[in-house]
Amino acid sequence: MLTPEEWGIVALSLKVGGVAVAATLPIAFALAWLLARGRFPGKVLLDALVHLPLVVPPVVTGWLLLLAFAPAGPIGAWLQSWFGVSVLFRWTGAAIAAGVMALPLMVRAIRLSIEGVDRRLEQAARTLGAGRWRTFRTMTLPLSLPGVIAGVVLGFARALGEFGATITFVSNVPGETGTLPLAIYAALQTPGGEALVLRLAGVSVLLSLVALIASELIARRAGRGLHVL
Amino acid sequence: MSFDVDVGIRRGDAAIACRIEGDGLTVLFGPSGAGKTSVLNMVAGLIAPDRGHVRVSGETLFDAAIGLDVPPERRRAGYVFQEARLFPHKRVRANLLYGWRQGAGAIDVDETIALLGLAALLDRWPRTLSGGEARRVAIGRALLSNPRFLLLDEPLSSLDRARREEIMALIERLRDALGLPILMVTHDRGEAERLGKRIVEI
Repeated sequence: MLTPEEWGIVALSLKVGGVAVAATLPIAFALAWLLARGRFPGKVLLDALVHLPLVVPPVVTGWLLLLAFAPAGPIGAWLQSWFGVSVLFRWTGAAIAAGVMALPLMVRAIRLSIEGVDRRLEQAARTLGAGRWRTFRTMTLPLSLPGVIAGVVLGFARALGEFGATITFVSNVPGETGTLPLAIYAALQTPGGEALVLRLAGVSVLLSLVALIASELIARRAGRGLHVL
Repeated sequence: MSFDVDVGIRRGDAAIACRIEGDGLTVLFGPSGAGKTSVLNMVAGLIAPDRGHVRVSGETLFDAAIGLDVPPERRRAGYVFQEARLFPHKRVRANLLYGWRQGAGAIDVDETIALLGLAALLDRWPRTLSGGEARRVAIGRALLSNPRFLLLDEPLSSLDRARREEIMALIERLRDALGLPILMVTHDRGEAERLGKRIVEI
């Protein structure tokens, strides 16, 4: 059905999207928790910063990432001197771009569900002898799980579709940063690439559908654990 | 085994102040909105009073004068909230055992289940329970945490007459058998007079 080269593009997209979401999730949860529960000066500013990738043109986000991760940039210089690595033109860079773009969506979904957790249940856990950490682990985390799942799916979908920031940041290197959207775009620019475009577009739609259905099933199972069964 | 509580807090325009001293069962009585639940929350450590102290059986849990505020998880309160506050993602059994603590004076799990008639409910999810069943589970959960004192917030409200009688008898049994200091909130004078040898009006 697909050529090895095309399978390579699909595998790369899944790897970039998966790593992006996995790496972003803890950060997104921490930010969501801070925004839902924290009371500190500068909260409005943090909220705005988190949402920036959602409203700024992706090209701008990609360019800012390029400035930060360039060999002379603040993060790039640090990565170079400590680990001797660069993420430019690498799939890791594509994952960073996808993660940054997915972050606001993930934070929004998780924040909503943390705000929905009944704090009176956490109080009950405290009076029963659970410290802050156990209360978080046994109450806050499982009770906000539906939002976390929603955030992961949204983030993964966003990461799979990431184009503007990725191509600006790490360019389109086939086999390294050439994820589905980038490969489709490149094929569109190539004479006689229509067949490839059609197949890759079909795969994109299929992947998105599978992700959506999977999330629905997981959410239902989680929901059943929460309520009936 | 007694309470020595003298606390005050400002909530907006209203000031809540309360003094409780003595052992056994003390009934906190007063109209809705007088701040009875706030007093329980202060004794449990869920809200910090502006002034005063909370001592239970000789141990100081809160003292504004020396800045002492023991966190709720180390106060060992058996708090039965007005709404049962069962954990919706855990079955009845897991709810009961959430704060389970063994040790001197601890109540046996099977005994508690028998006492409260919970055997048939253990595998149910909280949202399938009736109001009275949920209340009994909440009482069991509090008892199994091996508390040093009990806080009961309107334990008889929203129950039908038969259940009321049952729970009231249970509270009397706990009062007499366990010898724990109990602080119970009610707005029903009949309940207050039947159960409490000491009634604090607020």
